[in-house]
This record gives sequence, C-alpha cells and structure tokens, in this order.
Amino acid sequence: MALAALPPQPRLDWTHLIKDAALAALVALVLAIPLVGVQTVEVNAALTVGTRWDWVAIGVAAVFVGRLLLMVARSLSAGRSAAARRPARIILDQRRATLLAGLGIVLAVALPVLPLSSRYIVDLATTVMIYVMLGWGLNVVVGLAGLLDLGYVAFYAVGAYSFALFAQWFHLGFWECLPLAGLLAASFGIALGFPVLRLRGDYLAIVTLGFGEIVRIVLLNWVPVTNGPAGIGNVPRPTFFGMPFVARAPPGVTTFDGFFHLSFNPGHRVIFLYYVILALALVTNFFTLRLRRLPIGRAWEALREDEIACRALGINPTTVKLSAFAIGAMLGGFAGSFFATRQGFISPESFSFTESAIILAIVVLGGMGSQLGVVLAAIVLVTLPELGRQLGDLPLVGPFLSLIGTLRMLLFGAAMVGIMVWRPQGIITRREPSLRLVDERRRAA
Amino acid sequence: MARGAAESPATRGLPRGHAALTLGAVGGGGPCGSMGYFVQQLINGLTLGAIYGLIAIGYTMVYGIIGMINFAHGEIYMIGAFVALITFLVLGMWGVTYVPLALLIVLLSAMLFTAAYGWTVERVAYRPLRHSFRLAPLISAIGMSIFLQNYVQLLQGARVKALQPVVQGGFTLLKDSGFAVHVSYLQIFIVLLTTALMAGFSVVIGATPLGRAQRACEQDMTMAALLGINVDRTISTTFVIGAALAAVAGVMVTLYYGVIDFFIGFLAGIKAFTAAVLGGIGSLPGAMLGGLLIGLIEAMWSAYFSVEYKDVSVFVILVLVLIFRPTGLLGRPDVEKV
Repeated sequence: MALAALPPQPRLDWTHLIKDAALAALVALVLAIPLVGVQTVEVNAALTVGTRWDWVAIGVAAVFVGRLLLMVARSLSAGRSAAARRPARIILDQRRATLLAGLGIVLAVALPVLPLSSRYIVDLATTVMIYVMLGWGLNVVVGLAGLLDLGYVAFYAVGAYSFALFAQWFHLGFWECLPLAGLLAASFGIALGFPVLRLRGDYLAIVTLGFGEIVRIVLLNWVPVTNGPAGIGNVPRPTFFGMPFVARAPPGVTTFDGFFHLSFNPGHRVIFLYYVILALALVTNFFTLRLRRLPIGRAWEALREDEIACRALGINPTTVKLSAFAIGAMLGGFAGSFFATRQGFISPESFSFTESAIILAIVVLGGMGSQLGVVLAAIVLVTLPELGRQLGDLPLVGPFLSLIGTLRMLLFGAAMVGIMVWRPQGIITRREPSLRLVDERRRAA
Repeated sequence: MARGAAESPATRGLPRGHAALTLGAVGGGGPCGSMGYFVQQLINGLTLGAIYGLIAIGYTMVYGIIGMINFAHGEIYMIGAFVALITFLVLGMWGVTYVPLALLIVLLSAMLFTAAYGWTVERVAYRPLRHSFRLAPLISAIGMSIFLQNYVQLLQGARVKALQPVVQGGFTLLKDSGFAVHVSYLQIFIVLLTTALMAGFSVVIGATPLGRAQRACEQDMTMAALLGINVDRTISTTFVIGAALAAVAGVMVTLYYGVIDFFIGFLAGIKAFTAAVLGGIGSLPGAMLGGLLIGLIEAMWSAYFSVEYKDVSVFVILVLVLIFRPTGLLGRPDVEKV
C-alpha cells in the first residue's frame, strides 16, 4: 500500500483514504468471519456453533474508522519536517532521572507507614517489587546485552525450587539459601547459554523458550523430588536476624515482636517481606548501574549495538554474553527464592510461559535498558488487573477496568507489537549507550 | 496426562479420544519388544513427522527470506486448526455429510482464512520493522504470538474442543506375535497429502516466476529490488504460503487427534522450529526431513522411554544440533555480513 507515496502537501485525498480504509475493513472482515463470527458452543457435551455477526460488524467498523483516522493523521503530518514527525519521547536527562529515582525510593521506603496504606496495599506493592526485580534482572540480558531471553521464568523457578528443597532437606533458612539459589540459577544460565550463545541471537530466543517449558515439565513430572503438580508447601519464612515473625516462639527463640516489645501482629511480617524485596531490588539496581560503568557493562552495550565491530576490537562475544546471561539468571534466582518464602508454597503453575511473557512485556514496554521504565511498566502491568478486580463495581469506570483486566494478556501482546512499530525505544528511553563518542543514532539501526 | 496405558491394541495408532493436547505420538504399555510394535511406532512417527514438516516449511521459508524467526507461526497453525474445526461444525450443521467433499471444503477454507491471518501478521507486525534494530522483529513476533493466543482463547473459550471422528477405519497391515499393526485411512491421507503438497511446492519454488523471485530475494533483497522484483509482495506471498501450509497441518491435527485448544501452537511451534533447524534452516527439503526425523524421534521416545518427557527429547535434539552442527543436516553455513 502506498503509505510513503502520499503527496507532501497537507491536502487530504479522500478517495484514496476511504479506499484504503475500506480495504483494511475488508481484510478485517475476512479475518473475523471464522473466529469472531462463529463461536463453538458446547451443548450436552457435543460441540455446535453459534454466530455473533454483531461482533463482526462492530470489529469491522472499528477497523475502518481506526484505519481512516490513522491515515488522516499520517497524511496531515507528512507535510511537516521529519524532526517534527518524530514521536515525542520522554527522554530523561541524568539530573531529572536521579531526582525522580530518589523521589521514588523515598516513596517506596515510606509506603508501609503512609496513612492510606493497608495490609492489602503493602502486599500488592510486594508483588510489584517482585516484578520490578525480575524486570531489572531481565533488563541486564535484554536491555543491556541485547539477548532475547524468553524463558526467564525458568531461572525464577530454579531459585524458588532450590530454596524450597534446601529448606526441606537441610533445614536451611531463607538467608542461607538466597546466595545458593542465586548461584544455582546462574549455573543453569551458564549451562544453557554456553552452547547457544556462540550462535546467532535468534537461536537463543527459541532455546530459552524451550528451556522454560522443559523446566516446567520436569517440575511437573519429577514427583519424588518436586512433588509434581501438588507443589511444595511449608517453605520457611524469613527471619529478622534469626527472630521469626510468629505469635509464640519455640523455647529459646525470641520472636521479632517479643524483642521489640510489640504486640504480635501478622501485618509486621507483610511489611518486613516488603522491605526485604525492596532492599533486594535496590541492591539489584545499584549493582546493574555500577556494572554499566565497568568495562564488562560497556562491552554488553557495545555488543548489543554491533557484534562484528566488537569482534574486530578483540572482545570475545561468547564470554561477554555469557556473563550477562548468568547475571540475569542469578537475579532471577534471587527473586524466585523470595517468591518462595513469601508465598510459603510453590507449584509448577506459577512458572508458566505467561510469566515469562509478562516479565518481557515489562522490560519492553518500559524501554529496554531503562531502569525507571521497568518500574513504571511493572506498576502499571501488575496493578491494572488488580484495579479491575477491586473497582469492578464502580459505575462507568468499573466495567471498563474489569474488561482491561480480562483482556490483559491480549493487550500486552498488542502493546509489544505497537511499541516495536511506533517507538521501539520504549515509553521512557534509555537505549542510547551509556557512552557515545559521536551521535550517529540513525546509523545504529 | 495418563494416556496410552489403557488402550487396547486395536485402537493403538488412533489417538482419538485421548487427552492429546499437544502433538505427540501415543506410546504406552504393550509388547514393546516386538517387531510389530516398532513398525506401528514408525507409522505413527511418520504421520506426526508429516505434520511437523508442513509447519517447519513456514519457519524455514521466512527465515530464508528475511532472516527472522517467526514466533507467531505456531499460532498461525493453531488458528488453522480452529478454522478447520469450525468449518467442520458448520458443514455438519448444513448437512454436508459426504466426507471427501467436506474434507475439500475444510482444507480450502482453512487455507484461505489462515493465509489471511499470515498476510495480516506480516503486514502489521513485521513489515514496518524491516529496518529497525535487531531485536525488534523478534519481540514484535513474540507480542503477536501472545496476542493471537489470547485472541483465540477469549473468542473461542479456553476449554479443549473435541470433534467427532470424520475419517474412520483403516486396515491391519501385519500381525506379529499377537500385535496387530494398524494403519488408519487418515494416516494414509495425511502422508499422501503432505507428499503431494511438498511436490507441488517444490515445483512452485523451482520452476515458477514466483519461486525465482523468492530465491532472488533470499540471496540479495536490494539487488532483487533493483532488478524489478516487488520485494514486499514476494515476502507477503512467502507468509501466505507458509500460513496455508500450516493451515493444512492444522486440519490434519484436528482430524488426527480430534481435540485442540488455544495453546497447541506453542509446543508445535517449538518442535517445528527444531525440525527446521535440524534439517538446516533455510532449506526446504531440510525442513521436511527434519520434520520426519522429529516425528519419528518423538514417537520412538514415547514408545520406548517415557511419554512425560517426550517434549524434553525434542528440546535436547535442538540443543545438540546447535552445539555440533548449527547448519543442520542440509543447510549451508551462515555467513555474517557487515
């Protein structure tokens, strides 16, 4: 279709526009007839079909109007200069980014004592922080090193299961297991990455996709060790320097509340868990930001931009990629361990491909390589369905919010395509290399 | 999934009615040592391999021409299976009971509608990214895959869809120490149709202007464009053909297993991709060979080792091929150009 061939003057060629929109609507009609128009219905254990032509009509009309508006907008902006047409991005300079990050950290630290916060909000914030941590971990792999990892949840699962199993077999606590889980996840990353990272980047994507699925299958079927689909319960809770968060401690052990002379409140554990994941996430962030300034971080970014040039300069792509992959896996393992201790129960169900997809969506929508973007994307992606669940009864907005909750994954997928097409740098951009000699972003593509 | 154990020998080879949510051969107990059992698994594996091969062609063609892995291709196959199921149901409602006619209509409708999906996916998600950075098309493809999966789940429901058997019957090939080797008409149909499609397809690629244009674009897109080939249209056609072949695989799987759901594209996609890599990505005979091998390996693995880990076997093959022979069996070495 002649998208680029439109005349530069802002006059609208309505016949052309309407023809184009009609064509798009025709395609939409063909697409909609079998899957939207006809619905399989189960009647008395036998499949029959029902029809929904009204949905088809609405869909086709929506495509027609949408395409028309898009084309009108495009032909109006075609006359303007290239610079003006470039979609506005939020580019944060270093000072404003630091300010925003500092503000965010203060807010995050103060959250449990804010007047509005409840146990529910702190719990939700903990979930958000888990995804922030996972997003930051994956960001090292995808955003910095430019490797597409589609099975990130596998390392998350390795972390969770290694903690649960160590606790079961050796009666180790959360703090002893945390580094072990990270190490184990990292070695899985190295074992997986070693054969594949020598090859083209695309292979890594599909191998990690397969690996994620394999880990899930093994967790489901290796019943003697993982207890199969029933999962592992009674995962120990973290302690505060050896002091558990329980109402009555076994003899010889001081409880947290007893030590601080507080009355027992299960909410204290929720708040403690929140601070643990917040600390983990902040350490992760600090670690990543420092790594970016080290030669290895520079090498990751250089490799992302141009692998052949890196090889010419004497960087060994395999080792550099492997280090990014292993560090990403380790961070995923930490998050997994925390997940296990927070839930107290894990099963293979929590580690499906959907989780990987959500984490990847957080990184992509936030802007690959941007730490702040990941936080914003995690907040939006985790709280949206929650809002739909909580506020579904409200008039006007309620049904809309619960609809968004239902369509969540559909919207994630569409948003990933949309982001790649319209602003591949993400909502908040930080894809520019940390170090740049000459500005030649156009060539980098 | 506990399946295979309670089968009678007469129904072995006809996986209908089992919870075969993913493509897979039916293994199970029985006289594992006998020759007949082996031949039966060979036949099952061949059928499975034909289906994988058809999907693998889509991966290999797209990779050959634009050098990207089309992650959404598994979903395209899943849509093909759904269109086939829906067409069967609609035909049943209209009272079309003559089986060959129904099969023909289902094949044509699945190919047509699925090809439309393939075309749209390329147009919406890949074409705008042709000059973007390296990861962009991959991420876009993943987004498309997630979108299509949830699109079908939301529209058609998450429950497993079962279809009444359409093609029934078969004959007993040989009897060997109490084990009867059974070949169903459906298996013959699948293998014959795949062979015919492959033959036709090889002619298209080798001897028509379209095939020439495709091979030209594969070698050098800029040069092909300079010589007057419409590159955009050639790439679109590639996606359309790949989607149509995946649709045929979808029809076959709907007939063969009788149960589908919105998630079947995920594993089938990984396996077909493995088939493409095993055969040598970019090579069409390689895709078919790889598909057959993967089908056979999966059938044998399920028959002689364990059904639970049959998906692991395919993955292990993928990693082994990538380590020891990244160009695959029939592929050319991949030269990276600046």
